[in-house]
Amino acid sequence: MSENNVNLDLASIRARLDGARGRDYWRSLEEIADTEGFQDFLHREFPRQASEWEDVDGRRNFLKLMGASLALAGLGACTKQPTEVIMPYVNAPEGLIPGRPMFYATAFTLSGVATGVLMESHMGRPTKVEGNPQHPASLGATNAMIQASVLNLYDPDRSQTVSSLGEIRSYGSFLPVFRKALKVPEALPEEAPPPPIAGQKAASYRPPPPQPRDGKGLRILTETVTSPTLAAQLQDILKLYTGSKWIQFEPLGGHGERGGSQLAFGQYVNTVYHFDAANVVLSLDADFLGTGAAGVRYARDFASKRRVRGDRMEMSRFYAVETTPTHTGAKADHRISIKPSQMADFARAVAAAAGTGGAGGQAPVDSKWFNAMIKDLQAHRGAGIVIPGEHQSPEVHALAHAINGALGNSGNTVTYTDPIEPNPVDQLASLRELAADLDAGAVEVLVIIGGNPAFTAPPDLYFRDKLLKAKLRVRLGLYEDETSELCQWHIPETHPLETWSDARAYDGTVTIMQPLIAPLYQGHSAHELLAAFSDSPEKSGYDLVREYWQTQHAGADFEDWWKRSVHDGMVAGTALPAKTVTAKAPATQGAAPTSGGLEISFHPDPYIYDGRFANNGWLQELPRPMTRLTWDNAALVSPDTAKRLGLSGEDRVELKVQGHSVLAAVWINPGQPKDSIAVHMGYGRTRSGRAGNGAGFDAYPLRNSSNLTYAGGLELRKTGKTFKLAATQHHYLIDGGEQEAIEQKKRGVVRSASLSEYKQKPDFAQEMIEDPATKHLTIYPETFKYEGYAWGMTIDQTACVGCNACVTACQAENNIPVVGKTQVLNMREMHWIRVDRYYQGHPEEPEIHFQPVPCMQCENAPCELVCPVAATVHDQDGLNTMVYNRCVGTRYCSNNCPYKVRRFNFLLFQDWTTESIKLQRNPDVTVRSRGVMEKCTYCIQRISSAKITAEKEDRRVRDGEIVTACEAACPAQAITFGDINDPNSRVSKLKKEKLNYALLADLNTRPRTTYLASLRNPNPEIEAT
Amino acid sequence: MPQIFHYSANTLSKISIVATVLVLAGVGGALFELLADSGYATRQNEIREQPVPFSHSHHVGSMGIDCRYCHTTVETAGFANIPPTKTCMNCHSQIWVNSPTLEPVRASYRSDQSIEWTRVHDLPAFVYFNHSIHVNKGVGCETCHGRVDQMPLMYQKASLEMRWCLDCHRNPEKYVRPKDAVFKMGYVPPEDQLVMGNRLVKENNIQRLDTCYTCHR
Repeated sequence: MSENNVNLDLASIRARLDGARGRDYWRSLEEIADTEGFQDFLHREFPRQASEWEDVDGRRNFLKLMGASLALAGLGACTKQPTEVIMPYVNAPEGLIPGRPMFYATAFTLSGVATGVLMESHMGRPTKVEGNPQHPASLGATNAMIQASVLNLYDPDRSQTVSSLGEIRSYGSFLPVFRKALKVPEALPEEAPPPPIAGQKAASYRPPPPQPRDGKGLRILTETVTSPTLAAQLQDILKLYTGSKWIQFEPLGGHGERGGSQLAFGQYVNTVYHFDAANVVLSLDADFLGTGAAGVRYARDFASKRRVRGDRMEMSRFYAVETTPTHTGAKADHRISIKPSQMADFARAVAAAAGTGGAGGQAPVDSKWFNAMIKDLQAHRGAGIVIPGEHQSPEVHALAHAINGALGNSGNTVTYTDPIEPNPVDQLASLRELAADLDAGAVEVLVIIGGNPAFTAPPDLYFRDKLLKAKLRVRLGLYEDETSELCQWHIPETHPLETWSDARAYDGTVTIMQPLIAPLYQGHSAHELLAAFSDSPEKSGYDLVREYWQTQHAGADFEDWWKRSVHDGMVAGTALPAKTVTAKAPATQGAAPTSGGLEISFHPDPYIYDGRFANNGWLQELPRPMTRLTWDNAALVSPDTAKRLGLSGEDRVELKVQGHSVLAAVWINPGQPKDSIAVHMGYGRTRSGRAGNGAGFDAYPLRNSSNLTYAGGLELRKTGKTFKLAATQHHYLIDGGEQEAIEQKKRGVVRSASLSEYKQKPDFAQEMIEDPATKHLTIYPETFKYEGYAWGMTIDQTACVGCNACVTACQAENNIPVVGKTQVLNMREMHWIRVDRYYQGHPEEPEIHFQPVPCMQCENAPCELVCPVAATVHDQDGLNTMVYNRCVGTRYCSNNCPYKVRRFNFLLFQDWTTESIKLQRNPDVTVRSRGVMEKCTYCIQRISSAKITAEKEDRRVRDGEIVTACEAACPAQAITFGDINDPNSRVSKLKKEKLNYALLADLNTRPRTTYLASLRNPNPEIEAT
Repeated sequence: MPQIFHYSANTLSKISIVATVLVLAGVGGALFELLADSGYATRQNEIREQPVPFSHSHHVGSMGIDCRYCHTTVETAGFANIPPTKTCMNCHSQIWVNSPTLEPVRASYRSDQSIEWTRVHDLPAFVYFNHSIHVNKGVGCETCHGRVDQMPLMYQKASLEMRWCLDCHRNPEKYVRPKDAVFKMGYVPPEDQLVMGNRLVKENNIQRLDTCYTCHR
């Protein structure tokens, strides 16, 4: 049964959608076509084979195990508890209270750009990431990658020892070899520092500067560096080793941004967008709510302008022009797909219409749409944003700068600062230069710090082959990956949570990153490796970072300043000041060749990014926001193009661009532009570890240095084979009832309206249930009242950006296992909260809605009635509790749950054997074993902890004191949790909103989790088509 | 051939087969119940071997050291804290400095390696007990741990079975003390414990928490 099939009759799907009355939401093309397979998914809690024994002699084994488990169940009850030991400290650290987590500020970096976080640490073990409320890039929230970064720390596949040509070595044996290759004079400076004289500070002694050394053959290759300390170290090395060069290369981010800034301003600048002040936003393929450097902050600001509450009836308007659907585009009021080659044309047309003076042709979109959009942008001069995609070409970036300048947005909603990188360069040009130097044999010593250039470099540079021409190749990396394979020395890198370092955020704010744990393995940080070039090769990372900041903040109060900066997770006053620059419209670079043939566009994967998180099981198993794919990437094709080329979902095809070809699996993607295929990078790793190896296909061979954004002239050949993809789009489907019922709006699972519809009819969300009067009907006397607390939750579908941060946060908080691709295909993924994605409208340009679904905590819970062992019952606060030690695994509860939010441990999904993974677990949550049902608990461990604190202080729990893991992580503040018995709590107020509705309320389950209907703000001029 | 057995033997034999099975199952069940509740399974009253024969009887009973001198976090955290070696050495760097029994303590302090104490009160991993709330609500140490001041070597006084927990969780008035008597050993409850208990339950807002999520999550 294919999940993405799609020899479906598009014409009949269209006819059906045209015939639909009202709003018709669908989850996949199969649903509209109402295929048999879809019905099967809908009506069965688990797919047909989910509970089948997978080995051949299944029945015999089953009987054996049944017998054994019966016997063991009896015997197990009277075994003694094993003897355990308690190992107290010898000297307890100050301030540590065993059993209570501590939080330390540090930062997560992606492409060098920092987001401030607070790490939760249990007795020295970092277990969970929370956002840093003070940090401008976080404001307390995080995203999926940040949440999952803690799993990388404990990844058992991380490289653990220094190795040389496959042999285990020590750092001590590496240093002499390395320093000899650098031709460091053996003898250290003769003059020893004089003993400190009384009254004179020892620090004031400066050793004589070392003599410059020959560094003609020395090259250092890093990722983008924003760390002030690292940059200072590198500058010192460049000064000391004359002729040496420092190359930065990042495969995905920043090329267009840096190039565009040069084109528009003639200098490198950093652009900061202020979505909280923007009334109209136009995105030119920008995924600004997603993978971008400030995605967390931008999602918060963006959502703040979309929230309609009480009398405040205003929303910003968002136009998205995209080359592949992203979850950012899904939030747009008007979303349009164009081919990647048309993006520059489109930007040029906007620029011309905005009055930048440049020549613009015809925009490749509907002119009515275009004119209305331009009118809107011009009506909000100074309060609009035009934001180009991170991976878009320099020209599009430059045009966007010019448009923002012409519309008066610059200086208001779009501000510019000096670059956050100390040394911004054209990374592609410098990588080309390195490749040429390597080819010429001019490189003696090549040090590669982080990154994975052997995997990510454009294929036309032949970097893998040329790399081997360097005489000594040293690699510092978290994993022994594709690049380490080609280097003589591999030094394990410390994880950011094991490292002293520093980094800048999107606005320049510096965070001094502190380690949460001593290096688990023989790791060294980049700072420590670079110290090997100096005369104190074994200086610690702490000393290096601290000494750098001593030069920056001289003064008697350094100690205080340092402690405060490290504690706060940010250095006060380091956000870069806005500066005024004037953009000039770039010269037209000639219209891009519009071949009319197939095109291919390259995008960062939403979760594994450029491949660096490929071995992270949490991120691999996280359904991609739009495709719902896990464990693989795919060639995304629009339904029309698939029809034209005769492709079905899961067909294996060969993609060929300029002589390079790869094999990929097809996925039919509603909203994808016609004749353009989108691929996500980072998959197809061969040396990433057990989770990432063999997952997906590697698209980097298609991405030449001249076509970083997209390539034309794609040749596509069917191989006749298929490849199974694990998509979760049909898993745990909520049954919205029969088609007629939906059409009569009796049971809208997703409810949405435009702002004007809402103004006319504020209670539209209430009208969509069968009979509001039956809402509280019960045949039982109302004997039980929740008089203490009554926990409840609201989820705002207007705010939700579908980023899945909540899912990963829940996974980290609640010890949720990863099940693997085979088990995802069996519909056994364990996430306690899922984000359902609904389409509405035509498959080529659908409107998209997100709906996060955790346990509804029904007051009349259907699951409780059918449990034969009372393993799921209510507690005094109205929570639907799940008692693991009572559960015998009948799965009746799950069968009876209309929301399909219960998850069963079919197999031993938890890893009970890998020591390092055990360190990550939250000690406040049971680690579940095989045969047990589980589900969202509203983070009962956090509720308990807050209640105990409140009880001890003899008061009630304050509103906002309990923050569930999903709520804390949500960058858009879509989730609100609290006490619904308290009329002044945030959640009570939200539940009084007219937008509030309960899912499947006609079943009389009385869910505690309710939803705020989704609102959009379409332009009336476009809407009136 | 005459019949050896009376006709009723048919019925009797059938009954006896069923009865044997039932009786065996009954006996088995009863034995199981006894065993599961026995001190053998719960490890109640069993003295555990420790690296240092630490005597609560001496330190608490004779010296009068307060519980909280060592179990520092009992009022603030779920875990009552096992003292770091430093706490032992506060006194034992001055007294009994050459005692061979204390060598493991000194060795720990010298080598910076923890002393490996055997855990005495060991709840299953799916039980989340919190000391601080019990202590703050007026449950005496003695109520669960017994007369620690009379225990030369530590053992588990209560069975720690769930029914034992529930007895108090359902009827806290039977056991609660005034807050100033929580850390007192040898406290004698007043004759009108139930009257006082009910008053304390009301005054200190003590809840009867017997839902699953109170302890299991």
